[in-house]
Amino acid sequence: MSAAPVLLEMRSITKTFPGVKALADVNLVVREGEIHAICGENGAGKSTLMKVLSGVYPYGDYSGEIRYRGEEARFGDIRASENSGIVIIHQELALIPGMSITENIFLGNEPRKGVAIDWKTAQRRALELMKLVGLKEDPDTLIKDIGVGKQQLIEIAKAFAKDVKLLILDEPTAALNESDSQQLLDLLREFKTQGITSIIISHKLNEIEAIADSITILRDGKTIETLDVKADGVNEDRIVRGMVGRDMSSRFPDYTPNVGEVFFEVRDWTVRHPIAHDRLVCKQANFSVRRGEVVGFAGLMGAGRTELAMSLFGRSYGTWLSGQVFKDGRQIQLRTVSEAIENGLAYVSEDRKAIGLNLLDDIKTSIVAAKPAKIARHGVIDEVAEHRVAEEYRQELRIKTPSVDEGISKLSGGNQQKVVLAKWMFTDPDLLILDEPTRGIDVGAKFEIYGIIHRLAEQGKGVVVISSELPELIGLCDRIYTVFEGTITGEVARADADPERLMKQMTTTKKMPV
Amino acid sequence: MSGLQDLKKNLFGGTTSVGRQFGMIFTLVAIVLLFQVLTDGLTLTSGNLIAVVSQYSYILILAIGMLMVIVAGHIDLSVGSVAAFTGIVVAKAIQNFDVPWPLGIVLGLVVGALIGAWQGFWVAYIGVPAFIVTLAGMLLFRGGNQFIGNADTVPVPEGFRTIGAGYLPEVGPATGYNNLTLLLGLIGCLAVAWREWQARRTRQEMGAEPAPLWISGVRLAVMVGVIIFATLRFAGGRVGTSLPVSGIILIGLVLIYSFYTRNTVSGRRIYAVGGNARAAELSGVKLQRVNFFVMTNMGILAALAGMIFVARSAASGPQDGLSWELDAIAAVFIGGAAVSGGLGTVSGSIVGGLVMALLNNGLQLMGVGVDLVQMIKGLVLLFAVALDVYNKSQGRFSVIDSITRPFRREGPPAAPVPADVSRPNDKTPAAS
Repeated sequence: MSAAPVLLEMRSITKTFPGVKALADVNLVVREGEIHAICGENGAGKSTLMKVLSGVYPYGDYSGEIRYRGEEARFGDIRASENSGIVIIHQELALIPGMSITENIFLGNEPRKGVAIDWKTAQRRALELMKLVGLKEDPDTLIKDIGVGKQQLIEIAKAFAKDVKLLILDEPTAALNESDSQQLLDLLREFKTQGITSIIISHKLNEIEAIADSITILRDGKTIETLDVKADGVNEDRIVRGMVGRDMSSRFPDYTPNVGEVFFEVRDWTVRHPIAHDRLVCKQANFSVRRGEVVGFAGLMGAGRTELAMSLFGRSYGTWLSGQVFKDGRQIQLRTVSEAIENGLAYVSEDRKAIGLNLLDDIKTSIVAAKPAKIARHGVIDEVAEHRVAEEYRQELRIKTPSVDEGISKLSGGNQQKVVLAKWMFTDPDLLILDEPTRGIDVGAKFEIYGIIHRLAEQGKGVVVISSELPELIGLCDRIYTVFEGTITGEVARADADPERLMKQMTTTKKMPV
Repeated sequence: MSGLQDLKKNLFGGTTSVGRQFGMIFTLVAIVLLFQVLTDGLTLTSGNLIAVVSQYSYILILAIGMLMVIVAGHIDLSVGSVAAFTGIVVAKAIQNFDVPWPLGIVLGLVVGALIGAWQGFWVAYIGVPAFIVTLAGMLLFRGGNQFIGNADTVPVPEGFRTIGAGYLPEVGPATGYNNLTLLLGLIGCLAVAWREWQARRTRQEMGAEPAPLWISGVRLAVMVGVIIFATLRFAGGRVGTSLPVSGIILIGLVLIYSFYTRNTVSGRRIYAVGGNARAAELSGVKLQRVNFFVMTNMGILAALAGMIFVARSAASGPQDGLSWELDAIAAVFIGGAAVSGGLGTVSGSIVGGLVMALLNNGLQLMGVGVDLVQMIKGLVLLFAVALDVYNKSQGRFSVIDSITRPFRREGPPAAPVPADVSRPNDKTPAAS
């Protein structure tokens, strides 16, 4: 395999965002006709690297060199890379639901006859391309009327309409069920026999093990190693070791947990996807939280952790099918968000800008927003009390701002996160669910957030932390549940938690012995 | 916090595009002074001011409701038709069924509430965009007006006309002024002074340093001055006139709704929904209830505006309320509301509405034709919003801000700040 000539070489690629080095001296060598997998934790730099390659970040925006088919390539935009035969299929499908299969395949690339679109040719070629990807559908069918698996195939057909040489797939099977995934992987193998090179980014290590010829592992924006699957005898464990090996000392404040009795319990929680009715996002989930305990939920993107949390929090996601919640031994109802708040639940969303905060608000208004009744009398807000409360949280959580009258949008990410935490602490919750509480904030602020989480636990509250960073979960939590495809696949105590074990449980549906 | 900022805050509250509103106050003053000169002093005569109030009060009442609709992220195109529909229903009820006129007013408010609830139902519970619902309502209730009234005018009795064309009675000693208006002015002055004192006390309770005394003094003097001037003008018109009853209704509504939107839990929810509906929902706000409420409330205020107009013109007709929605919407946007919702204040919308009203009035006094007046109003709306959009894209708050910056005295921060404060940069996005 390694005898094949090099198709693509990326040499010491470095890409910086304000304040963050997303890629540092990354190297990637892809040979002709192989399936090359790129592995790494969330935030390791996989997608950034592919964006550099496909011209989303144009030449000049990064440093380093891209050599493609023996020449240096300087792509100014996506079109430039597509013209050279590099086509990327993103995780979020870029199809227009209300348009037909033919229209989507040739979107922006329509065959023409004079000024008009040549629909006849388009339709004929659409049929050819669909045959190529093994799809039997009427080309006039609207995208919204076919399943996600078929949509993924349409995306690939679209790539072939552009004369693809190097196909990049970012998490192609993330949204697919088992059989659709299998079909897609078979297709990739078939392309390989036709001499098409593919790069695949995937969290599903079993798939990678099965399909890839070589694997490049990224961690923290750096190339860790490149493995030849056959020659090196690579298996899932080997990949996991490469992905997670990292120093975790002194990133967490000192803390001695004081865990009490179980007070919160979820049984048999099953939730259906809001649109795709044949998909369950939570499958009979059972878990419990003790007083003063920090419980982690580990899982890959799309594993269903957020969905589980939000469906618990007033059925804010999906359709509830079955399951009960018990608090202090008594069954409680969590049908609406207000009911959840009254029952002492708080949910700090993973996306503070989109759904966590009103960015038009000022700090003090945001802090009281989830339970304004606490500072109001007969529905009239006591401004003095509001200001006092905000001031208390500003000092307690060290929110860096000249005044609590400042607008939220003026704060840095870490300080915004503290405001969201304050907002939910203000509701006097017994159980806080923190979804990716340190996403997009710098190391110093992370340390402070960890301290806040510990303090909440010390007060006897239960804290659930959902995080994609395993070291964070291991450093922070007393107990960790692993989630894969909507199923809780295991439960690991702090003492037994190591990244490899967790990663294994996060990538398999098989229940592990606890 | 500088005195100027403080002044702005106290005039408008903090949750809005203060810059544009403050700019609008300047614009309003400039327009008044400009027309005062151009019309040889006609603008600020008692007669003209009274006419302006009774002529535009219903638009301003609509602007209050429209502000709340727009803050929640919607729009209401039907207000003119709803006003006309309510007007004809009330006029017909009084004429054909001998409904006493006070009951007629109640009937009108109920009709408005029902229409608002009807539209609110579609917007909040079915999820039809308000633009469509109220576009349909615009046709529906315009047609309804002509259907019920046979496209004819229906007169209303004397008593009913009070709310649109009435004045405060002349009581007490002959001072040469309308005594009740003077009394209102006095109450206004006291209220302003009390509020200022209250605001200072509140800041002290918050542990923040109140604005320097002289700033309070200046602010108070300006406000009291304006109130006294207005009082004397409104009280000093032709005998039998005063501050119009419709103006008093308007002032009452402004006070109530300002308080409601700024100081109550449910008022704030409107801003939360308009600012980020999903975040509001996840904070326990019931979106449907808020949306239903703002639409229903708009219906009630549209009904009130319609009745005031009918009262003023002594009859309800098929052309009532034509294109009112546009004036109301323009007032709200000139007054600093954001098209995307979540921003805006009642007082700002009133200022925006007054800018339009005085512009209209001044141009009319100068004998400018309706054609030109419309063109000028259109351009004012465009430029007012464009200026704000431009300034925001430049990272500045407003032109007025940048003009006044050199004169601003930076006071101590409002509250003690920990030593390690580094002011976060506005433009650097969070590292991701």
